[in-house]
Amino acid sequence: MHEMSLTESLVELIENEREKQGFSRVRSVQVTLGALGHVDPDAVRFCFDAVARGTIVEGARLDIRTVPGQAWCLDCAKKIRIADRMAACPECGQHRLQVTGGNDLRLDELEVD
Amino acid sequence: MCTVCGCGDPNAPENEHSHDHPREHRHTHEHAHGELSHTHEHGHRHAGPHAHQHGEDAPHEHPHDHAHEHAHDHDHTHEHSHDHAHAHQHAHESRDHVHHADGRLDFGAGPAAVHVPGMSQSRIVRIERDIMEKNNAYANSNRAYLVGLHTLALNFVSSPGSGKTSLLVRVINDLKSRLPIAVIEGDQQTAHDAERIRATGVRAVQINTGKGCHLDAHMVAHALDELALDPDGLLFIENVGNLICPAGFDLGEAHKVVVLSVAEGEDKPLKYPDMFAAADLMLLNKSDLLPHLDFDVGACFAHALLVNPNLQTLVVSARTGEGMAALYAWIESRAARLVQGSSRTATAAQSADTRDPAG
Repeated sequence: MHEMSLTESLVELIENEREKQGFSRVRSVQVTLGALGHVDPDAVRFCFDAVARGTIVEGARLDIRTVPGQAWCLDCAKKIRIADRMAACPECGQHRLQVTGGNDLRLDELEVD
Repeated sequence: MCTVCGCGDPNAPENEHSHDHPREHRHTHEHAHGELSHTHEHGHRHAGPHAHQHGEDAPHEHPHDHAHEHAHDHDHTHEHSHDHAHAHQHAHESRDHVHHADGRLDFGAGPAAVHVPGMSQSRIVRIERDIMEKNNAYANSNRAYLVGLHTLALNFVSSPGSGKTSLLVRVINDLKSRLPIAVIEGDQQTAHDAERIRATGVRAVQINTGKGCHLDAHMVAHALDELALDPDGLLFIENVGNLICPAGFDLGEAHKVVVLSVAEGEDKPLKYPDMFAAADLMLLNKSDLLPHLDFDVGACFAHALLVNPNLQTLVVSARTGEGMAALYAWIESRAARLVQGSSRTATAAQSADTRDPAG
């Protein structure tokens, strides 16, 4: 359950932004999680309510945007989308892939008062 | 405080207290010594809550940079058991932990912060910040420190029971006469592994993660403070036995080394792909058991390479010593590459410094 400490880092980042941007309440939190990242979106949702309690984020809505994995197929010399790390190239069926994206773990924006 | 769920530690000793240190600040203490009292100033480099365990007279130590300014106009003796000799300094940030007298760092103690929200007009603010940025900042600072010391740091990850500690004990016994070696041990509880490592004669720091399932770069920064490493050596970090969570946390190591034992399934690389994708070297341990098992070494490596085409693989037995020579050759080649890389960087920086600004 490393999602718990990642969610804590998320809340900490927001507390941090509050000091810089001067808001007093957070209505919603938009994050992007990559399909090849190390987090499970459902686990983050589960942890969010617990971690947010007693912080400025308490009661805020969590919007999670997931982005697919991206790779470069060395055989096709093409950029492709992959669902997981074991995936084959959808064009040639080979596994000679270099992962190029989909590790995202990012706080995008906040709706604040 | 538990760094995972934020709960307080119900077993926290009564004489524990927390206080906040901003990154650079001064504060004044008043000490009473019998009838005499005096004040002195400390310059601290700590930030964030920081829990200490100490009774009134009990000696304690914590790694931070002090600049004492004592103004005394009387003679007295008193004992400060602050430890001021640390080669590696870093700022604390909003993490609670306890430095035990036995050298363990406990990240499962202290209270959680509480904030009260207010109300005003709603607006959208763009943030675009990586949720891992704090961990990554600590990791980068650890890495710069280690590379500067020409110390090759390897982060050993595996499921519990793969034989990481036995493997490390073997490596240490074989290499300790040639290189300075130190070890950071991570476990949820107990200092058993650090004790096994210390029995070999090398230095080891035990980190207890409390409820945490992995080591993070901030914990390792503290352990580096405690270790005060010698240069040109090796640092082994034995992560918490867990094939999932430690994959996502950069500790500042040069390489992650994933250990799998032949007593586990050959399809583990497929079941836990993130860890095999994050590692640079895979050690298939307990090879002495192969004659007794139906484990297909080739299939196991094929699975691992499917997940990570750049993974290097070795078959080893910490018990019989099979394959260990190959592991030592790998370690030495990586250590040499680290030193070459850092001297190239230093030369480049030097030539940039001496470049004629007019040219």
